Amino acid sequence: MLIVQGLLEGLFNGLSIGAVLLVAALGLAIVFGLMGVINMAHGEFMMLGAYTTFIVQNVFKTFGSPWSETYIIFALPVAFLLTAGFGILLERGVIRYLYGRPLETLLATWGVSLILQQFVRSVNWVLAIAIVIFSALFFGGLWFIAKRADYDRIKTLVWTIMLPLSAAISGAIGFVLAQTFKLTVTKPWFGAQNVDVTAPAWLRGGVRVFGTFQIPYARLFIIILTAACMAGIYLFLQKSKWGLRIRSVTQNRTMSSCLGIPTQQVDSLTFALGSGLAGIAGCAISLLGSVGPNTGQNYVVDTFMVVVVGGVGKLAGSVVAAIAIGTVNYFVGSGTIALLVQPIKPLADFFTFFATASMAKVMVFFLIISFLQFRPGGIFPQKGRTVDA
Amino acid sequence: MVINLGNRLKGKSKNNLLIEAGIVVGIALVLILIVPLLVQGFRLNMLGRFLALAIAALAIDLIWGYTGLLSLGHGVFFALGGYAIAMHLQLAPLAPGTLPEFMNLYGVTELPFFWQPFASFGFSAIAVLVIPLLLGAALGYLVFRNRIRGVYFSILTQAATIVFFNFFNGQQKLFNGTNGLTNYKTILGASVSEPQTQFVFYTLTIVFLAATYALCRWLTSGRFGKLLVAIRDDESRVRFSGYNPTGFKVVVFGISAALAGLSGAMFTIQTGLISPRAMDIAFSIEMVIWVAVGGRASLVGAILGALVVNFGKSLLSEQFPDIWLFFQGALFLIVVTVLPDGLIGWLRTEGMNLLDKIFGGKHIATYPSLEEDPEVQRERETLNK
Amino acid sequence: MAEKILEINNLTVSFDGFKALNNLNFSMEPGELRVIIGPNGAGKTTFLDVITGKTKPTIGTVAFKGKDLRKFSEHQVALLGIGRKFQTPRIYLNLTTRENFEIACNRNKNIFSTLFAKIPSQEKQTIAGLLETVGLTAKADMKAALLSHGEKQRLEIGMLVAQSPDLLLVDEPVAGLTDEETENVGSLLLALAESHSIVVIEHDMEFVRQIAKQVTVLHEGTVLCEGNFEEVQNDPRVIEVYLGSQEEHE
Repeated sequence: MLIVQGLLEGLFNGLSIGAVLLVAALGLAIVFGLMGVINMAHGEFMMLGAYTTFIVQNVFKTFGSPWSETYIIFALPVAFLLTAGFGILLERGVIRYLYGRPLETLLATWGVSLILQQFVRSVNWVLAIAIVIFSALFFGGLWFIAKRADYDRIKTLVWTIMLPLSAAISGAIGFVLAQTFKLTVTKPWFGAQNVDVTAPAWLRGGVRVFGTFQIPYARLFIIILTAACMAGIYLFLQKSKWGLRIRSVTQNRTMSSCLGIPTQQVDSLTFALGSGLAGIAGCAISLLGSVGPNTGQNYVVDTFMVVVVGGVGKLAGSVVAAIAIGTVNYFVGSGTIALLVQPIKPLADFFTFFATASMAKVMVFFLIISFLQFRPGGIFPQKGRTVDA
Repeated sequence: MVINLGNRLKGKSKNNLLIEAGIVVGIALVLILIVPLLVQGFRLNMLGRFLALAIAALAIDLIWGYTGLLSLGHGVFFALGGYAIAMHLQLAPLAPGTLPEFMNLYGVTELPFFWQPFASFGFSAIAVLVIPLLLGAALGYLVFRNRIRGVYFSILTQAATIVFFNFFNGQQKLFNGTNGLTNYKTILGASVSEPQTQFVFYTLTIVFLAATYALCRWLTSGRFGKLLVAIRDDESRVRFSGYNPTGFKVVVFGISAALAGLSGAMFTIQTGLISPRAMDIAFSIEMVIWVAVGGRASLVGAILGALVVNFGKSLLSEQFPDIWLFFQGALFLIVVTVLPDGLIGWLRTEGMNLLDKIFGGKHIATYPSLEEDPEVQRERETLNK
Repeated sequence: MAEKILEINNLTVSFDGFKALNNLNFSMEPGELRVIIGPNGAGKTTFLDVITGKTKPTIGTVAFKGKDLRKFSEHQVALLGIGRKFQTPRIYLNLTTRENFEIACNRNKNIFSTLFAKIPSQEKQTIAGLLETVGLTAKADMKAALLSHGEKQRLEIGMLVAQSPDLLLVDEPVAGLTDEETENVGSLLLALAESHSIVVIEHDMEFVRQIAKQVTVLHEGTVLCEGNFEEVQNDPRVIEVYLGSQEEHE
């Protein structure tokens, strides 16, 4: 009985972690399929989603009941839109210049992820205001000057003057603000410490199934959320006009562009969609534990592995891979397997050795490498002569 | 006529090679004999450490710049080299039968079997190269033989980094976990902390760096090197030419891993610490950015990049410890978008133009093919006459 | 009768149920020059993919000099003596013309001899001769990226010859070439045909007329008909699927 319970619990917890991975990996896989680009800042987008949930929670707390109990419903779209916005910014600002250079894109997005990590650590009113002023001055100025007919000629000059000038002005204003208001504006919003999102009352506790075994509502919520996301993505890709465009660009970019599909907009939209999904995944992880600047890093490698194991081009691959990686990770890490094989001493010792969260990753990695030995293209590889042409 | 030209070319390239070797030896001698007179103590130690890191930069350049394999996991090989020498340093001062301090702390009663051979210096010195080499070759073989490459390869190496980090971080009894191995006392009877010993380490680092440079130079020139570039540019075409790229990639990845191990060992003995932090993903990617800053597919660039970035880092992170990550992130973005060929690439193109501008020389922009087309060149010469 | 250089039996290749090649039978005598034509999607490129080991047959066998090619991978097939030229020229853009040849010409393609052995003077002479043949001697030390399209096509054909294969597979060698260059490539192929077996895939009918002795027409993954140029041209089935439109234009 105890073993059955352990198994079920493991299955359920693994499933819910797999569900988070799945939402995040979906975003990554769609973008990878379309542009051949892996976004290393994907984990940081998850983190941003989690912090957004934290902010929404605090804002709604001030409204009192019933708002403070329903914040999660509002946090989801806010997180989606915010990270989608960051996604568009990243795509328009960096990635589109690196088209066709996937390895450089990895490095550039890694740079973005470092900046985002440090950003949530040190963001305060001074920094926020300085960034807003800088953007207003610099991009506003650029927008204004770009209207001139001789812009191309004076471009370098404009940049060399505008960039330090706007930086200096915003820096000075920030400095003055910091001197005048002291701690009220220089105190970091979040700091380097982890913050906690408390699940609303209706997500605490769980359904009791039998004995002491219960399914926590929070995890149930995550699984339902994932299912909803899957359905949404599926419908969007299969039924909507833009979904069709995304699929067509994924298959043949040049041809689509010849047929008048605005491939640049498709890229931006897809990237926004993928990033938005990371935001939703971030919302979900905030329910599983506390959130810190490094949260993204903890999940992102597993997410990458889902894409590798799942293969590109088919959502089903991501689903199977995410659930498999999530559950295997949990089963090994929680020691459930070690418990199961207890009668066989050496096997039990072997699995006990791997029975911590971090050692489980070691084992999962070797399982993935061995899996790739006979299915190098993932669970559902692409076929046909277009591959590797 | 053709043969004559060929011989002349050969003679010329031989001369160039001699000049290059002379420059390398010259720089090495300056670093060993003159620099220590100018800087001492902490700064010299820092230079030595950064020169050790330059070996890792060469290792990355070999696989990324020339072969097109972006490894985000060279920190693992670096750390393995470091651990190999550090394990010897732990055991060296001990009387037989006693255990390193941390093991006593965690209640280990017997030296684990794989620690035992590290009591020998010779074994450890070989292990510094061979362990990363074997691991790199094995991982490389498992991945390359399935034609996994590009972005997939990169994120697999990244996952490998996490895996090794977790492993070393979690094994307190075996490797002292997070704290790593530190507090080195003697090596081959000499005290590690003595300035003389440290100077020997410094000299050795330079010798190894020069040797690594020579090795990489040999590997990347000649037919083997051309083949690496061919694999980078069009791997499946190489297959149809009758080569098996898997083997070449495994060999070059293994060599690169061994060099990273050497770099890790030299870094460790000069720093006095190796911990799982060296297997951090961030550190592995940093190695790549050294090469990117210096200039991919340029060996000088890799060394230059490693030195510039690390000196910059130590300067900036001393001044602004809080926002160092902002700088680093921006560096990644700027190098990739604005300086795709790194400092060396910039020097070759824009830098030259800038010099021309400053010194009043005229430079007319043309298509690159016109610059190299021998027929056009000949026409130009006859026109000038 | 001498052994067939290439013999294909009941070959079917399917991708997720779509049959790119369907029950195809084909054979070639040593020393033959065969042109394969067929409308788009007839399976011409897949046909070459299967011979060179890039795609494995779903059903059926491909035999080269009596050896079943199923168990060989691409580089092994290349070493057995099958060379391939791609539809768009695939050369190593960051290497010079000469280095491109050096890579193709290497006799001993294992790692250690590539690393340690010097390029023998005999190979150097072969390369110099080939450079002459394809007319690139002047541009031998120029990066291949800077060559014109026609020069790239010639370079790739030259690299193919440098490999000294017994069977050459040439995919659309004159696509994008001027008439004069087409003429040159044609005579180059005819010259090569004296010592090699060659399969050429081509759309350009004028070119086919220039070089073809035997023509095979592929349609929807199977052989529609075979014969000399005149026979094929007058075959009503061929006219229907392929040459029909061609005739109208003329």
